[in-house]
Amino acid sequence: MIFSYYPGCTLKTKAKDLDRYARLSAEALGIELRELAEWQCCGGAFSMAKDEIATKLSSVRALADARETGLVTLCSACHNVIKQTNHAMATDADFAMKANNYMKLETPYNGETQVLHYLEMLRDVVGFDKLAAAVKNPLTGKKIAAYYGCLLLRPGKVLAMDNPENPKIMEDFIRAIGATPVLYPYRNECCGGYVTMEDKNLAAKKSGTVMQSAVEAEADMMITACPLCLYNLTKNAPEPRLPVYYFTELLAEALGVKEA
Amino acid sequence: MSDRLKEQVLRTSGVNVLKCMRCGKCSATCPSYDEMEYHPHQFVYMVEKGEIEKLMASPSIYKCLSCFACIERCPRDVEPAKLVEAIRLMVIRQQGQNHLKPGQIPEMLDEELPQQAIVTAFRKYAK
Repeated sequence: MIFSYYPGCTLKTKAKDLDRYARLSAEALGIELRELAEWQCCGGAFSMAKDEIATKLSSVRALADARETGLVTLCSACHNVIKQTNHAMATDADFAMKANNYMKLETPYNGETQVLHYLEMLRDVVGFDKLAAAVKNPLTGKKIAAYYGCLLLRPGKVLAMDNPENPKIMEDFIRAIGATPVLYPYRNECCGGYVTMEDKNLAAKKSGTVMQSAVEAEADMMITACPLCLYNLTKNAPEPRLPVYYFTELLAEALGVKEA
Repeated sequence: MSDRLKEQVLRTSGVNVLKCMRCGKCSATCPSYDEMEYHPHQFVYMVEKGEIEKLMASPSIYKCLSCFACIERCPRDVEPAKLVEAIRLMVIRQQGQNHLKPGQIPEMLDEELPQQAIVTAFRKYAK
């Protein structure tokens, strides 16, 4: 199975582990992730304004380049921006017309590409049962708190990945690698996001509430798909803190390809 | 003037403020509630009343985390964050009104700050 793959800016710099372990694991699971030849940064946040066109074009380019294969994303922010842009191209005729007029693609693009988050690829393409069967080093006994944050699931109607208020895709992933999921109230609340740039206190309050919630639920560790969540939880949340890992690192460990 | 501004907000955001039934769920779920002068539900009724300039002048427009909680949880699909976004854009689209300038970035950096934070802040705060 071959998919186009969009790593995004942070996976090439501060979150190289998120990317590297994803590629090693995909290979072990028989999936080829082909990095798009000329991707550009998604911009980190989807512009909700209907008259914002240029800020969405990098996503449209990536989507149009991936129409033969489907597109796999990994960073929660890239996933959010690209899926929302794809939805806008399919449903907002005015935006799609302006984007197509500007880009002058050989074939106009209207939201045909299927976008899958890496977790959706594991669930819907590989299958969590097949993943469980491929696990060589099950993480037996580890109590893991899945952190969804805000961008992975919302808006639920557009991202269509899981129930945004009571999700289970990451918990099912945790079971598939042999560990035990821990549910806690703040698993789908915001970590403070980019506001850490100008208001560290707000980021500390928000990420601290999430961290405390996971600590009280007696988890051993947390997992995330988002570099900014990982940063806020490990840098801004006050002690006591659990260790936070990218889910791909635990995946690679379970598949026995971490040190490859 | 205020009618023209209101029309611009409604057009940019695509929001129908008349759908709001004043339940307050948007503000109840907003992670930035404590930091805001005007809260998400106030954006909705202040836009309805045409009080756009007050909102444009408020630091509240830089406190939205873009977390989509109010959009997800609004029982009437009003989607207040889209109003915050539209009003912030009306401010930063004006010459010289960027809330974040490249020269400020170096002092905000630390060794582990992900690029994602920087590009997102620029998208939200500058044109």
